[in-house]
Amino acid sequence: MEYVIEMLNIRKVFGNFVANDNITLQLKKGEIHALLGENGAGKSTLMNVLFGLYQPDGGEIRVKGQAVKISNPNVANDLGIGMVHQHFMLVDTFTVTENIILGSEPTKGGKIDIKRAEQEVRELSERYGLAVDPTAKIADISVGMQQRVEILKTLYRGADILIFDEPTAVLTPQEIQELIQIMKALVREGKSIILITHKLKEIMEVCDRVTVIRRGKGVGTLNVADTNPNELASLMVGREVHFKTDKKPAQPGKEVLEIKDLVVKDARGVTVVDHLNLTIRAGEIVGIAGVDGNGQTELIEAITGLIKAESGSILLNGQNIFNLSPRKITEAGIGHIPQDRHKHGLVLDFPIGENMVLQTYYKEPYSKGGVLNFKAIYEKARQLIKEFDVRTPDEYTAARALSGGNQQKAIIGREVDRNPELLIAAQPTRGLDVGAIEFIHKRLIEQRDQGKAVLLVSFELDEVMNVSDRIAVIYEGKIVAIVDPKETTEQELGLLMAGSKRKEAGVSS
Amino acid sequence: MNSSRFTNFIIPVFAVLLGVLAGSIVMIVSGYNPIAGYSALLYGAFGDSYYVGETIRQTTPYILAGLAVAFAFRTGLFNIGVEGQLIVGWLAAVWVGVSFDLPKVIHLPLAILAAAAAGALWALIPGFLKARFKVHEVIITIMMNYIALHVTNAIIRSVLSNQGFKSAKIHDSASLQSEFLQSITDYSTLHYGIIIALIGAVMMWFLLEKTTKGYELRAVGFNQHASQYAGMNVPRNIILAMVISGAFAGVAGAMEGLGTFGNISVKAGFTGIGFDGIAVALIGSNNAFGIILSALLFGALKVGALEMPSSADVPTELVDIVIALIIFFVASSYLIRLLLSRFKKEGK
Repeated sequence: MEYVIEMLNIRKVFGNFVANDNITLQLKKGEIHALLGENGAGKSTLMNVLFGLYQPDGGEIRVKGQAVKISNPNVANDLGIGMVHQHFMLVDTFTVTENIILGSEPTKGGKIDIKRAEQEVRELSERYGLAVDPTAKIADISVGMQQRVEILKTLYRGADILIFDEPTAVLTPQEIQELIQIMKALVREGKSIILITHKLKEIMEVCDRVTVIRRGKGVGTLNVADTNPNELASLMVGREVHFKTDKKPAQPGKEVLEIKDLVVKDARGVTVVDHLNLTIRAGEIVGIAGVDGNGQTELIEAITGLIKAESGSILLNGQNIFNLSPRKITEAGIGHIPQDRHKHGLVLDFPIGENMVLQTYYKEPYSKGGVLNFKAIYEKARQLIKEFDVRTPDEYTAARALSGGNQQKAIIGREVDRNPELLIAAQPTRGLDVGAIEFIHKRLIEQRDQGKAVLLVSFELDEVMNVSDRIAVIYEGKIVAIVDPKETTEQELGLLMAGSKRKEAGVSS
Repeated sequence: MNSSRFTNFIIPVFAVLLGVLAGSIVMIVSGYNPIAGYSALLYGAFGDSYYVGETIRQTTPYILAGLAVAFAFRTGLFNIGVEGQLIVGWLAAVWVGVSFDLPKVIHLPLAILAAAAAGALWALIPGFLKARFKVHEVIITIMMNYIALHVTNAIIRSVLSNQGFKSAKIHDSASLQSEFLQSITDYSTLHYGIIIALIGAVMMWFLLEKTTKGYELRAVGFNQHASQYAGMNVPRNIILAMVISGAFAGVAGAMEGLGTFGNISVKAGFTGIGFDGIAVALIGSNNAFGIILSALLFGALKVGALEMPSSADVPTELVDIVIALIIFFVASSYLIRLLLSRFKKEGK
């Protein structure tokens, strides 16, 4: 059997935390091999070991049958291993070619031979069907194109083995299809690919084999042809996963949030929320469906007091919260899972424990007479970490060190624990794996079942249709339709989101 | 967590050692004997009780200036204006010291509070401009330094003296000078200020690490958006951080005015203590107790250096070079981290 890469019983330990516990991954020549696992399962650690960024504490790496020691990324490059990072490492003001040759520039008489480099980049691009313009500036090309530049960078350095780290996370559906074609072209030309992902659909579509890891341990390697998404999901999470969220019918009660004629302008003075009306009742989840940039962000920021609205009224349980300070609004009973967890949700340099009292630190028992009570703070943190399955070495670890899914679970734990009358969840599952998504949806529905109101904003139609009891479609700052998720289709929603009027009656608001 | 705390401690120590080592090379190259040079430095700083007294006296304003810089830094601000806040603090302390005649229990605290208030006020301006108009505090504080210097000189000339070059001596009731401390240190200029500086360090630690206000200030320093989201008043916290930082700087000035000198003279240029405070804070890892140690290092280097020309023929400028080298090595802590990890691996 011809393996180009063999990682045998790789072990990597950080302090007391075993990130990789004797994982084995064998890559055949010319295959696309998926590395599947939840956030924080140890996928990135394993790949960083292969790429020379981390040194393994045990195990062996073989490249084409030879045992090797990959002490830094240059060694990995020399062995023909290239990595396409999730976060691109490109200089915005340089051209495609300049970025690609950066670090290994071809020279002629002491000057960079840019003509030759451009020619080489063009040839590579054509050979693999990448259609990249070697003279374009990075700042001027799309995210999908930038990713292809990253791919070209590895090819230019002679990589035979390409590691793709969550490549589809930043791409549009169209771009994902194109990327899949590119990956297929690469293996046709004899390259081998490791695809790090937690998206099951992509694995089924493009991969030959898949290695699943769970909590740092290898679960096994399967042929994709012999498996199915349900099996993969349960292998990854360690239990049965339900893609459809089970829930009882909603029992809406009294009105919790009433928004009337709300107008919000952005920093440039453009009206982004335009006389918007919306009501949410106790015991129901209202999902806002819409294309990004139709006023969702501003709507939430106006409700939560992060920006000042122009006019209108917002009532929470009959109490006026229009343009109050964020603290007053929080105290009035609103919980907010923010869209950007790094910007708003967490102080990344604080320990995760201190992040758990971000809105309550000034209250008893977390402080008394202006002095913090760390015992009470960390006790609460330990409780939430356990209850919401936040995977962290301990409660003193900086929030920055946690994986995205675990950061999100921490935020959700904090917000749900405050038991707000209205919980606003903006993109609560962005970038998370199926296990975490299922968990978060369950929690939202739990809040609803306890008689709380939930406002869900998401750009994923699946999510909106799955979780919501009512769907409000937002278009150009207005709620243009309210539909029942059981009676609508993705096509109808898609049309409404694009601004077309609903034919039948029932356009409320 | 323990290991990171350990590295935070070991890196400055390593940097100091490397700085001393590099300093010896500089001395050898320039034809001086480093052993004689460093012995003179050490003797001049700790050799007998007089030198110890002088070193501690010099350490006092360094501690407070370091705390001022560190406090701002921990709350996300870069206060380059410690120098100016120190000068106005010095002026305010002396002004109160000469203009009133009160019992010591009132006069001395009043003079120190006046210094703190003056420093705080001087820092309030850049704090307000930053919070309200997002003007960068570095630029404003640098300019405020010059305003402080020249306004102070003008006031000394026209208000505190009759076109003279220095103010009158402060009344004894406002003085920090201590016959007791002087007598046990062979009549050095050591004064009670060191106690105030140490209390200041404890106050900074307590305020930042233990109180809800400190939690807010640190949160705003790290992430203003998350702080706003959490309901904190971001502009008010920025101003408060600057004001507290300035108060520490003002008290550092009071140490000079009420303790070391007992008056204030027209200055041709900056005292340098405020700028050295940046280095003190850096070497002390912006930690209250680290700052006490790094201020002691600075005090010892400055005082000990005076002995170097007479007993080892080494010019005092070399001490400035050594200090600069130490700062260089602290700033390039990455290099030290790398060296440390090499050592660790080989030790395995």
